[in-house]
Amino acid sequence: MSTNNTRNRALGAIAIGAVAVGVLAGCSGGSTGGSTDGGAGGTYTFWDPYPQYDASSDWAKVIDTCAADAGVTIERTGFDTSDLTSKALLAGQQGDSPDILLIDNPAVSTLVEAGILTSTDENNLQVGDVAQNILGASVVDGKTYGVPIGANTLALYYNPTVLSAAGVDPSSIKDWTSLNAAIEKVVASGKKGITFSGIGTEEGSFQFLPWFWGAGADLTKLDSSQAVSAVQLWTDWVKKGWAPNSVINNTQTTSWQEFETGDFGFAENGTWQKAGAAKAGYEVIPIPGAKGGAAPAPTGGEFLTLPVQKDAGRYAASAKIVECLTSTANVVKTDNTLNYIAATPEAQKEQLAQDPTLEPWVEAVNAAKARTGDNLGTKYPVISEQLWTAVQNSLTGAQSPQDALTAAQQAASSK
Amino acid sequence: MTATQFTASTGTGDSGRAAVPAALPTPVRRPRRRGQWAAWAFLAPVVIYLVVFYAYPLVRNLDLSLRDYTVRSFIDGTAPFVWFANYVTVFQDPTFWPALANTATFTLVSIVFQYSIGMALAVFFFQRFPLSATLRALFLVPWLLPLLVSASAWSWMLNSDSGVVNYLLSLVGVDAVNWLTSPQWALVSVLIANIWIGVPFNLVILYSGLQNISSDIYEAASIDGANAWQKFWRITFPLLRPVSAITILLGLVYTLKVFDIIWIMTRGGPGSSSTTFAIWSYRLGFGSALPDLSPAAAVGNLLIVIALVFGLIYIRAQRRLEV
Repeated sequence: MSTNNTRNRALGAIAIGAVAVGVLAGCSGGSTGGSTDGGAGGTYTFWDPYPQYDASSDWAKVIDTCAADAGVTIERTGFDTSDLTSKALLAGQQGDSPDILLIDNPAVSTLVEAGILTSTDENNLQVGDVAQNILGASVVDGKTYGVPIGANTLALYYNPTVLSAAGVDPSSIKDWTSLNAAIEKVVASGKKGITFSGIGTEEGSFQFLPWFWGAGADLTKLDSSQAVSAVQLWTDWVKKGWAPNSVINNTQTTSWQEFETGDFGFAENGTWQKAGAAKAGYEVIPIPGAKGGAAPAPTGGEFLTLPVQKDAGRYAASAKIVECLTSTANVVKTDNTLNYIAATPEAQKEQLAQDPTLEPWVEAVNAAKARTGDNLGTKYPVISEQLWTAVQNSLTGAQSPQDALTAAQQAASSK
Repeated sequence: MTATQFTASTGTGDSGRAAVPAALPTPVRRPRRRGQWAAWAFLAPVVIYLVVFYAYPLVRNLDLSLRDYTVRSFIDGTAPFVWFANYVTVFQDPTFWPALANTATFTLVSIVFQYSIGMALAVFFFQRFPLSATLRALFLVPWLLPLLVSASAWSWMLNSDSGVVNYLLSLVGVDAVNWLTSPQWALVSVLIANIWIGVPFNLVILYSGLQNISSDIYEAASIDGANAWQKFWRITFPLLRPVSAITILLGLVYTLKVFDIIWIMTRGGPGSSSTTFAIWSYRLGFGSALPDLSPAAAVGNLLIVIALVFGLIYIRAQRRLEV
């Protein structure tokens, strides 16, 4: 009996050993990526945050075609957006970066700070005709580190049925005063005023920035009187019940679901909802600035970047692929599927010719600003965290707008 | 990568040798030598497994917390050694004390309610009655659901404007409560959800503990005229003590690291009103576009130390019970 036991245990140990060795082998096998082949030809790796598109999608096909033009083959992997930055950092640490990385625009400056992206000086990528306000997200200390595949931004959706029942003419909304008047009328008619996302993550800052910038505030001075007026605007909406209390915890998706109930007059949301909005009959206007004009909204969207490779000879083919992907004909097709607005004036014209209803969005994108622009770079994430915290503290009534922003400015400048 | 891990592990294996002779009854050294090599060969897989999947991540986390990692030094590996500077940063952070208080409240209140409700239900179901097995099975549902599902369901139910909880409150004339969006209620809300999720675990363990108590003792107590209350406090509770201790310890370790429920329901907010150490560590490490890896690792290590302290308390208590 006892010898039997020992034998079983030994067999168990061997089995565990075999598994461990198998796992290790798998691990080491996986870490030798495609970036070791040199020169023209060979396989190039491409990472993007679009796991929803498989190999048979138009997106994958256009990449394959562009790669074929450059004389190479592409191995594409789609990651979850929130995963991609840390994946890219880890790959950079192991000297195993993909040849082409399509990454969310605020992450570009982080990766530049980490030293894993090449600038256009090194990779010879042409970015001349990209609109400066969109390109700003990839400009660090005067050097450009990527090309936008397209851009999205925020605007103010409204429900025409609710507005006309309340006697509100959307064209009368030009500034905050007229917007407040419109919301008040909607609420008086028994409907709900406005919904947005004030959640305590980057999403919350993203949604707050059009009001922050629209008031004339600057991210380097969070406690300015203009900034206070923007936080006050949101806080008053929640206090008066013009915006539901749930905005404090709303993501942009849940906020949109609230709007889709048909009970709301207005919703702040992004370009990506335009297809659904058109179906439901919702219309859109640019977010007004405090004293009129369209407020600059932050740009969203991804940038094509070329991470550092051991073999500098690989950049030529990668740059060729990127230029092919961003050529007007290809990028218009891509941006239409992604619900993006193109980043070059020429491609925007082409998009408008195909779909004139995009007009307000093209306008909004051209008025928009990159969050990490103005050479804020990696200071932006620090400032943004303090900003969303201040907004949350004010919306919940834990602090007055002024106190919340003073604390935020102190915390941001101490880091 | 593979090669370094193998050498590292054999290295550790050799240094760990001292422990084995102590455990064996006075070994005769020379003649046993070959047998020992064979023994080590058999041990190697387990040792490698432990080193690669347990020791290395722990050491790496410690290393992360003792160096000043920025995104750049993470890539090129030049992070300077700063001793405990990251811990000082963490201690001085305005989030530290609220997060500590939240972690303590969240853990203690969760355990107290999970344990007492679990115990009450275990005793209740131990008296067999029709449908008791079915009802007991129903109580396991929270345990079977993926956390993502339960947390999302709770966050819908507790929604300020369209949640079913506020609707029910309005039926009995109570004003709506901003469960997830007010600093006073956010922690309470995640506590309620977490208690609901933790009860089945306590129920199952305590129920199985009850089955090990001999019915003779209860019979004897009945003959002596003990009532139900006395039977519980004089028999059930004391005899369940070892099972209770392990249930509470496991619950403690589990609750300390709860992340999903809080993240899905409140993101640790509003502000930092429901931020625990686990949430804070995640926020620092992955919450923004610019990861603060070193302080994040420091917070993570604090969590491990807290869990370790309670583990040691458990071991001491258990030793005292055995003696």
